[in-house]
Amino acid sequence: MKSQSLHRKIYKSFEKKSGNFFETIGGLTEFTILFFKNVFKPPYEIEQIRKHMDVLGIQTFPIVSLTGFIIGLVITMQTQPVLVRFGAEAFLPGSVGISIVRELGPVITALIFAGRVSSGIGAELGSMRVTEQIDAMEVGAVNPFKYLVVTRIFACTFILPILTVYVIFIALFGAYVAVILVQNMNFDYFTGAVIKSVELGDAIPGIAKTFGFGFIVGLVGTYKGYTATNGTEGVGKASTTAVVVSSILILIFDMILVKITLWLWPTI
Amino acid sequence: MVTVEKLSKSFGSHLVLDEVSLNVEEAENLVVFGRSGTGKSVLLKCMIRLMEPNKGSVKIFGKEVLHLKMDELNELRQQMGFLFQGAALYDSMSVRGNLEFPLIRHSNLTPKERELKIKDVLEKVSLEEAIDKMPADLSGGMKKRIGLARSIITEPKLMLYDEPTTGLDPITTKEISKLILDLQKELKMTSIIVTHDILCARIIADRAVVLEEGKIQYSGDIGELTSSRDPFLKNFFSDEIIKGNGRN
Repeated sequence: MKSQSLHRKIYKSFEKKSGNFFETIGGLTEFTILFFKNVFKPPYEIEQIRKHMDVLGIQTFPIVSLTGFIIGLVITMQTQPVLVRFGAEAFLPGSVGISIVRELGPVITALIFAGRVSSGIGAELGSMRVTEQIDAMEVGAVNPFKYLVVTRIFACTFILPILTVYVIFIALFGAYVAVILVQNMNFDYFTGAVIKSVELGDAIPGIAKTFGFGFIVGLVGTYKGYTATNGTEGVGKASTTAVVVSSILILIFDMILVKITLWLWPTI
Repeated sequence: MVTVEKLSKSFGSHLVLDEVSLNVEEAENLVVFGRSGTGKSVLLKCMIRLMEPNKGSVKIFGKEVLHLKMDELNELRQQMGFLFQGAALYDSMSVRGNLEFPLIRHSNLTPKERELKIKDVLEKVSLEEAIDKMPADLSGGMKKRIGLARSIITEPKLMLYDEPTTGLDPITTKEISKLILDLQKELKMTSIIVTHDILCARIIADRAVVLEEGKIQYSGDIGELTSSRDPFLKNFFSDEIIKGNGRN
């Protein structure tokens, strides 16, 4: 009897979780369709987009700077002994540069951005939803989806690539600091080696995919906040699940993009 | 001016509004009474289409609200105001920003004209000094006043009030109710007020209806309803009457 009850509990929990999963996927799809339906319709809310880009950029600037620097530093310190073992320490700037530009810079920035921004958007819109501010906007004959959702998704989509480029440079600087700590290499040699190793084919897919990551962060954050229910508890839940869902989607999207990129350009 | 016919709304198997019908004349103040959870707010939200009813008809200014496209609905909404229970002020904007928002959206006023309009409407609600405050710095009563100011700044012809005095002390309740009445007289608006506050209703109402079990069960003058010998009305108003002391 006990085992049956446990099975039922596990089944119920699985049923609820899988139901939530499909509900989220359905909701995100609907939100994406609504986004594209609204984004080309006037008014374009340029002022709001600019404001959100400013706020999001400023919010995440310190944390991505620190993270970028540390990632560059650590990845270099970890890679250097391995390359020394194979007598290939001359390849250190190139290999670290490629790792940062292709993968670490875009993905780490996106995950940090998701943690900082997606939760913030989820909490902000969730709080607006439960205090009827979104309803107030609607009865005031303003399209709240366009004003609150489209502008934020748009801002996230375009601010993340800018942040990523910045983080790549900061991470490369961190890498250079690590290089001068562990082996004697001058700045000109380091930058020369990085420029020689990192090709446009490494940089373009790396940066391009951050538009998608930014879209995911904005989409998930706004979806979770806009559809929040159950008062303050719902706001907290919206904020937390926004981070989890956007981080998972970023990693899945990255995996798919890496596969597609390697399939289209097998030589890079 | 407003005609609701056989409006029904259910949540799952729970029928909240069961073929509700009512009629509101121009410049009339109609109070909708009812116990908590009887669907008073749902009725208002269905009227302005914040919620979609299951069936029925809502005609405002002769237009069938439930069949309007979003653009047409927004045009109609510009002639209506809605005061939410919690005032629903935009947290991220100051009082000035809250009041300016509908003007920027729906008028061609210059910044100077907007400023004058904001000051004028703040004077009407006696809160000129709050112009640069944030909603978080306002008391419950002040929030309601600013919410009211935001609703009337575009000079709507129809105002919908969702529990305008809930959570306020009797003195503030009286002040807000008198303010609503004064503004209604000055702007010649039609108002539908959802409340269970008899003091507020006595001050504002021209006519009142009582919503119970999803239907309009009673309708009439506020005095008639409060002095009725009907057991339900007697029970409903008995506690409230102790608090209320009329229009003066």
